[in-house]
Order: sequence, then structure tokens, then C-alpha cells
Amino acid sequence: MKVSYQWLKEYLDIDVAPRDLAEKIARTSVDINDVYSLSDGLKKIVVGEVETCEPHPDSDHLHVCQVNVGEDEPIQIVCGAPNVAAGEKVIVALHGARIGDNVKIKRGKIRGVQSNGMLCALQELGFSDKIAPKDYDEGIYLLPDDAKPGDSVFPYLGMDDTIIDTDVTPNRGDMLSIYGNVNDIAAFYGLKPHFKELAIKKEGDEKTADLVKTTVNDEKISPTYKLRIIKGVKIADSPLWMQIKLWNSGIRPVNNVVDVTNYILLKYGQPLHSYDYDKLPGHQFGVRHANKDEKFTTLDGDEQTLIENDIVVTADDQPIALAGTMGGEGTAVADDTTTVALEAAIFDPIMVRKQARRLDLHSESSMRFERGINPATVETALNEAAELISELAGGEITQGIVTASEKPAQDKQITLSLSKVNHVLGTNLKMAEVTDIFKRLAFPATVSEDDQIVVTVPARRWDIFVAADLYEEIARIYGYDNLPATLPVMTRNHGGLTARQKFIRASRHDMEGMGLDQAISYSLTTVEKAKQFQIDPVDEPMKLDFPMSSDHVATRMSIISGLLIDVAYNVARNVNDVALYEEGRVFLPKGGERPEEQEHLAAAITGHLLANSWHLDDQPVDFFQVKGIVERYLHNLGIAGEIAYVADDQRPEMHPGRTADILIDGQLVGFVGQVHPTVAKDYKIPETYVFELNLEDLIAADKVANEYHPISKYPAITRDIALLVDKNVTNADVLAVIKKRGGAFLKNIHLFDVYSGLHLPKGKKSLAYTLTYQDVHNTLTEDQVNKAFDKVTNALVDDLGAEIR
Amino acid sequence: MGLRDKLTELREQGLEEIKNSKDLKKINEVRVKMLGKKGPITSVLRGMRDLSAEERPVVGQFANKVRDDLTEAIEARRTELEQAALNAELAAEKVDVTLPGTPVAQGQSHVIQQIIDQVVDLFVSMGYEVAVGDEVEQEVYNFEKLNLPKDHPARDMQDTFYVTPKVLMRTQTSPMQARMLEKHDFSQGPLKMISPGKVYRRDTDDATHSHQFNQIEGMVVGKHITMADLKGTLEVVAQSLFGDKLQVRLRPSYFPFTEPSVEADITCFNCMGKGCAICKHTGWIEVLGAGMVHPNVLKMSGVDPEEFGGFAFGLGPDRFAMLKYGVDDIRNFYQNDVRFLNQFDEKG
Ligand SMILES: [Zn+2]
Repeated sequence: MKVSYQWLKEYLDIDVAPRDLAEKIARTSVDINDVYSLSDGLKKIVVGEVETCEPHPDSDHLHVCQVNVGEDEPIQIVCGAPNVAAGEKVIVALHGARIGDNVKIKRGKIRGVQSNGMLCALQELGFSDKIAPKDYDEGIYLLPDDAKPGDSVFPYLGMDDTIIDTDVTPNRGDMLSIYGNVNDIAAFYGLKPHFKELAIKKEGDEKTADLVKTTVNDEKISPTYKLRIIKGVKIADSPLWMQIKLWNSGIRPVNNVVDVTNYILLKYGQPLHSYDYDKLPGHQFGVRHANKDEKFTTLDGDEQTLIENDIVVTADDQPIALAGTMGGEGTAVADDTTTVALEAAIFDPIMVRKQARRLDLHSESSMRFERGINPATVETALNEAAELISELAGGEITQGIVTASEKPAQDKQITLSLSKVNHVLGTNLKMAEVTDIFKRLAFPATVSEDDQIVVTVPARRWDIFVAADLYEEIARIYGYDNLPATLPVMTRNHGGLTARQKFIRASRHDMEGMGLDQAISYSLTTVEKAKQFQIDPVDEPMKLDFPMSSDHVATRMSIISGLLIDVAYNVARNVNDVALYEEGRVFLPKGGERPEEQEHLAAAITGHLLANSWHLDDQPVDFFQVKGIVERYLHNLGIAGEIAYVADDQRPEMHPGRTADILIDGQLVGFVGQVHPTVAKDYKIPETYVFELNLEDLIAADKVANEYHPISKYPAITRDIALLVDKNVTNADVLAVIKKRGGAFLKNIHLFDVYSGLHLPKGKKSLAYTLTYQDVHNTLTEDQVNKAFDKVTNALVDDLGAEIR
Repeated sequence: MGLRDKLTELREQGLEEIKNSKDLKKINEVRVKMLGKKGPITSVLRGMRDLSAEERPVVGQFANKVRDDLTEAIEARRTELEQAALNAELAAEKVDVTLPGTPVAQGQSHVIQQIIDQVVDLFVSMGYEVAVGDEVEQEVYNFEKLNLPKDHPARDMQDTFYVTPKVLMRTQTSPMQARMLEKHDFSQGPLKMISPGKVYRRDTDDATHSHQFNQIEGMVVGKHITMADLKGTLEVVAQSLFGDKLQVRLRPSYFPFTEPSVEADITCFNCMGKGCAICKHTGWIEVLGAGMVHPNVLKMSGVDPEEFGGFAFGLGPDRFAMLKYGVDDIRNFYQNDVRFLNQFDEKG
């Protein structure tokens, strides 16, 4: 709410500078968006009196004016406004002035005639069209007759006021009024507010009840509903003091009736609505839910189609307003209005909120109804508005208020214990300090025996329900700055990461240690992408009920597709070496209410894993580099089971000849390989290698315990063997034979060459291994090794048809 | 010429030849020539038998000295020549030390991950446990049990991706408050937990909004937990993340699941409180929201609010990263441009 500092000062004797007050409000009550004056950044703008006004010799619309600006001689100003005339008091921007939008005014010639300044409209002083009065839409603003030439215009227009723009949390609806602000600020400073209410001085003889009837059948929609009638009003502008209060609060002045309702809205936080009595379809008022597809044209001229949850005010069952949100086009107070029906009500906050939200009609009124209304001031506000209208627009207030429903203004009693207050806040407050705080808040409080306080919370603080709410009142008025700062006392629990959390963190560090950058991609993606690259495919992903964008409609079932989007983003920006990994959730619907959330680890690599160097051969990433990362990672984990890489040509997104499933003791835990070129093309990425691992399986897998194995003191003996085998015999086949026939002393098998070049027979390839033999207890003899090696050689020939070279 | 004179001459001649030897081969030749069995010193010594018994020991001693001098000179010269040869070899091996080193593979953790790890480590050091929740949550835990009944206005502020009326993408990490309260065995001491994770809002992505971002939730509930403990804890967090010279300001705020509720601001680290564009000229930057756990939340999770109480807080690593590094577009965090990711290589 834009709170006027000057308005506050009418009711509070504060001697705190506006900025300091704003800081105090922020620390004690509600947040502050901004503190400003409408005159910020403006200078050399004064009151002028137009002495003469002659047509410009060279123009059909410009005038040449002699303007008294409080100096010995008048100054000459050329003005194009249609409403400029001799005798008017005007806003003059002098030579050297700075006006709105940081524009500088300089003297100069306009169509050959000297002009020493500019006569201004409010918009030219920075007023937005939302707050500048409509009367002056065409032309300059005219100041009141008593304005003194040469004076700064700011005090005349309230532009010297400071506006404290507060950001009110949903619970503090009371802070959306001057009344609420005055009460709260009085509490911070221990002041006694002298808030002034205006009572009705005189009512006419005619009874309001003879002019209108009202019933509210469903008091849930409108717990309080009241009407007054003012007859014989004359619509005109409201006085400047009221207009200033409105525009300083961000509301545009309209006329003396509408302005009064807005003024009361600001003062009490009570939205009012004024109807032109004679334009109503009937005089039996009511409030009800809208009918389905009922049509209603709002004040702004838009025809709204209503739904059954909407709420409307009716006259003879015809809608005349969207309750709490916006009035109707046909019944608004206009220049020809003579009888005003004035409504003060409370509408259901949720219904108003839903209606305003659905129709996107957020207004000063709806904002207040949504956050609640003080039931104690509905009638006060209605009476003051009626009185002000009759004072400003003439007319007679008819006798009595017509009431359809009335929510009683009930105070609440809450019992507190001083020890609990101190226990919760960590303070050491004394009873007198706490009771003083309630005194400042004007919450009557009585201390009973032991340490009990019974606090009476007035209806104007409808946000307070339970003791905890009062702890907050005590804490904020006492001051959060004064609260001690301690840490929770040491306790027996030691905290720390779980084994699972450590595992995940170690996995991330492993990936980074091997050159992969961590990515965090979106979990929501398209259905098609959600289904791609799954380790163990599930049919359909979980889909959102009402997505926001077609790119994010389903939860991912693998991480790779998101990483490929990241790769594409990089490649499109000429970043061609990309090595990313991501650790995060995938969501697999398995028939339950919610999908199974699995932690996965995936990577995508394109270009070079190592930056190009003068010192290294250019080696673009390939299957074996990526497999090496997986191998090293699984090695680091200390997986106890047997890890196997099994060729898989069935994964639709993967290269059929360059993809391996990763198995631990026969169980599928992930895959590694090259993205299928067709899929890569769809993603607009070059040759890219990926892997994805199910961390849940890896976390659950048995690990090798670290234990010490003595290093043999006896020498190791090696034998090299080169084999010529059929092309489709794999390394794994060879290793299996060697391991099976290797004997007890075979310690290690190392593949040192793979060759399938030109001078080999067609369909053959050569594999070369070094076999290392060692005994822990003895020196091996040549004979022992030769025997063991011969067994291997023979087995390779017999089982695999190998030719030993 | 006597033997002595002959020896003296041989010594002079030998030293001269040693000095003029330019390489190891030559010095070896000199050694064989001078000190060998057929060398002149040996033959001089052979002539000693012609000397008198008085002269013999004197000349013998002198001859030995000459031989020792020459041996020593040869060794010294040999060392000198070896050193020179080594130096020449090393000079030939010289490299341009200004050439760049061979690249080593090293990846980078994501800037948001760095902040999460920092916060998690800080709380773990204070004895908190880390509780990680599901990203697809039940509506009951995301809202109801946090004192956000249906039609609560705060639900409008968190536009939600629903899957079914009962299942949604969690909008906050706060559901872990309720889940941990239900799970914790209070006979074993207070609950101290921190819960980082991804959250989702039904938002259109732009520079300041992302439909996916991160939160870290923290909560301490026990018999003796106070609002002063909350204030102290928030000061530790803010100062350990942004620097201990910064002040912390608590302001009243509103969250349905805490009462009292506060927001914590720190002195703007850009202008140190003077006011600038980053802090919107207030001198303060909002960093987290917090409060004392609402009695309704405790009650709904089966914890007696008369006996137990505590605080909860939530902070946004994305926002922290934006503030700390001046990142002006939140989408940077999820596009994973390698040039962006690699800017945050300071560990910790
Ligand atoms: Zn700043």
C-alpha cells in the first residue's frame, strides 16, 4: 500500500524522518517496496499566474502568455494547451527546470516567438495516466486560485509528501489502511494515536428502508451487507486535499462521490461501492452466486461470462456488480447522478480471490476483501462516507442503514504464559515488559496469578488466532534486533551424511576428476524425450495434468536426453568439446500413486575429452575413452560382483555396433555407447558418446572390503602371446579361456595389441596379450611357467580356433 | 741429470699433458702413458737400485709423491671433463618452459551444487542430518500438513504442476518438515535436519523465473529450541556464505507453516549498505525465510506443540548463486553452457 507520510502525521505525533520510519516498519511490521516523493528529481517548478494570453501570430493553436512567476516582471511563455487563459493559476517549469522523465526545460523560440519556460500538465511532472485526474486529459493543470505566484508547486499538489510503499503479506490485511498503519506505528513508538472519525451530523426524514430492501440468503458469501442512500447529490470534482490523498495513494480522482468511496477505502481499508440509484434495474438488493454463463458488463466495458462460483450483487435479481471485484457499466455514478446507493459489505475472501483471479480483475477493493475486512469499522466507514458525500456533493442522507447481514465484531481472548513466551523466543522478558507491549498494541491484557496473561485481541487484528500469533506480536514490538542470537544447545545426535549421500557425492567427484563438468538439466521434458535412453524401458512417463509449455510435459525416465539438449545448446554456440555428467532423479511409473524415483548417473561427451594441445595427438572421444571412464568409476566403487560389458544392438537410440549393456553379476545396471547417428541428427548434435547408470543398483551392490594382501617377494615371469582369431571372437571370449586354463600362478592378463589390418587373412584379427605368472611362496621355475603357458595356448587353439603367431 | 731432477721434469711434463687433455679418451691415454707399468715413473723407480741406501728412501718417497700428484690431477681433470660433458648434454635437452603444460582431465561441479554442498557441509558440521525427499510429492505433504489448506491464498503464490488432484511436483522442500516430524524418534533427542533438492513451479521461464529451481529446507525441533537459536543459526549461515562482515536483519514476514515468521536480510555486499541497484537502494538483500514451526504443523504430524517446538528456514541456492556471482539470468543454470559452468572453479 502506498502510505502517505503526511496523512499518518494527521493522526500520529511522529517526529521520525520518513526513511527512518520506513526502516522501522520493515523491521517491525511489513516489508517496504520503496520510499519516494512525487517531486523526486524535479526542480524549478513554480506557481504562475497568466496575466495575458494572446494568440501566437504564426500558429492557429499556440498562445503567447505573459506569466507572473513572483518576479518583478512577468515572463513570456508560449503554450499550446486549449485551456490556457488569462487569470488562471498554472504550473510553470522555469528555464533550467527538470520535469518528469528527466526532461530539462530551456528557454528558446517557438515558431519565432521567445518562450522562457513551459506550462505543465500533471503528466509532465511525472504523474501516470492512472492517477492524473481525467478533467485535465487535454491541456495543462490549473491550480487553485489561492496559489501564490513564485511558490514551489509541490506543496499545493501534495508532491512534497513522502510515500512509503509497503508490501503487505497475505496475513496483514489490516495494514492495507491508514487506520491499521496508524495503530501499528503507534505501537512501535509507544504513541497514542488521535485517529478522527466523522459521524453523520444530520439524517433526513425519509427512511432508507422505504427506498431499498435487501436480503442475503447465503451469509457465507456476504457475512455483512449494508446500504445507505444519499438523495439530491450534485456530481462535481472532489476538493484538492482529497484528490491529493488519492493520487499520492495511486488512485485516480474521478468525482466527489467515487473519490469519497476511495478515500474511505484507504482510510479504513473498507471498500465501498456507489450505485446510481435511478439506474438500477430495481431496488431489492441481494448477493448470490452467479448463474452459469450469466453475462455481465463491468465498469471497464468488458462483457464477462460468469461461472457458478462467481459472486454478484443483484438488484431485483439482475447482477449490478461482481461482488468485491468490480461494478457494472450501467449503474455507475456519473455526472447526471442525483441519488446514490452506497454499499458497505464483507464478501467471502476466497470467493473474491478466485473471481478476481479468474477474470484477471485485481483491484484495490478485491485486494482488501481477499485479505479480510475489519467487521468493527464497516458501519463507521459507511457513515463517514455518507457524511462526506453530503458535505462535498450536497444532498441528504436518508434515515437509517438497511442491513441484510452483519458479522459481529468479536474480540478474541488468548491466554499466554510468560515462561512459555520466554521459552519460545529465547528471551528473558519480565511480565511488565510483556504487558507494556500489549498496552502499546492497545490489546487489553490482564495478568492472573502464576505467570498467566489473558490478552484480548480486538477485531481489527483478525490475523491473530493462537498464542503463537501473540509471540510474534511480542517479538516484533520488542524488536528482532534485540533478540539474542544463540545456537541450539549441543545434543547427542551427531548428524552427518548417510552412506548413500556419501556415495552420491563421491560419484560426482569421480566424474569431475575424470574431466566431466556437472550439468543440471530440466526434469520435465517432452513425452518422446522422456521415453528415450531408458536403461530398462517403461512404457509411458508420468505426465502433468496441466503443463505450462509443450517442452515440459512429462518427467524424465533417463538423464541422457536432457544432456543431449545441453550438448546441442553448446554445439550451436560453437563450443564443440563438451563433456557433461549429471546425477539426479528419473521417474519411473510402476503402478503406484507416485512414480518410483531412482537416482541415476549419466554422461554425454562429444568432441575431445582433453583440450587440444601442441603436445598430444588429436584424439576425438570414442567408445573406449567413455568406457574407460565407466570402468574407472566402477573400479573406484569397489564393486565385488563380476562386471560385464555385453554388446547390445537393440537399443533404438544407440549405435547398434557401438553399445554395451553394463551388467553386474548378470544384472543390468546401465549402458554405454555412441548415440545413434539418426537420433544425433534429431538433436542436432555431432558424434556423441553417452552412458547412464542406475545408482540405486550400484549403491545396493556388494562392495569389496579393503584388506591387505602381502606383495610376493618372488619374481614374476611373463610370457607374451599373439593370436590370430576370427573377427567375431571377442576379447571377452579370449579372456574367459585364458582365465579358465591359466592355472594357479596366473596373476594378470594384459591386452597390449589389437590388429585387424591389411596383411592379415580376411575375417581375421590379431590379439596380443602379456600373461604374468607369480607364486606367493616360491620362485617359479621356467618349467612350471612353460607348462602353464602351454595349457593356455592349447586351449586357445582348441576352443577358439586361434592360430598362435 | 739425477733421478730427482728427472722426476721433477716428469711431473711438470705430466701436469702439462693432463691440463691439455680435452676429452676423457685423451685423459685415459695420459694415465696409461704416465702411470702405466711401462711408463716413465715406473722406469725411474726401477733405476733406484743404483742409488745409495741413504738416497733410496728419499727419492722413493719423492717418486711416490709425483705419482700421487699425477693421479690426483688426472682424477680432477676427469671429473671436470665428465661434468662438462654432462652439462653439454643437459644444454642440448633444454625445453621452452613457457610452452603450455599437457592438459589434464578435470571437470567442474555445478555452481548450484557448490552452494548446496557448502550449506549442507555447514549444517552437517553443526550436527544436522541430511534428509532428501521425493520430487513428486503428495498434495497432503506439500500443502495440507504445512498448514496450507485448500483455498489458502499462499497456494496462489505457488503455482503448481499437478499430476492428479492428490499428486504434484513439489513446489517447495518443506514437505520434508512434515515427513521428518512424523518419522523422528524424539526420545533420541531433537530433530535437526537439512533438506536440499529440486522444486517446481508452474511458471514461464524468463530471466528471473524458472519452472525448476532448488531449495534448501532446514528444521530443528526439540524441547528447548528458541527463536534466539533461529537468529543465531541464520547469522551463521548468512555470514559463512557471504562474509562475516555483513550484518543480518530480521523482518516480520508470513509463511503459513511458521509463526512467528521472519525474513532474513543481509547487508548488500555490493554497496555495503549504502544502496545500489542490486539491493534496490535499500542497502539490504533478502536471503532467506524462516520462523518458529507453527503449532498446527506439529500437531498434524503428531508432535505435541505444548512439549516440543522449534524453527524452520528455507533458502534458494539459485538466488544465492545469482546474488553471489551477479548472474543476471536464471536460465543460465539449466542450459549448461560449458563456458558458463567453467567460470565457477573455486572450490568452496
Ligand atoms: Zn546495494
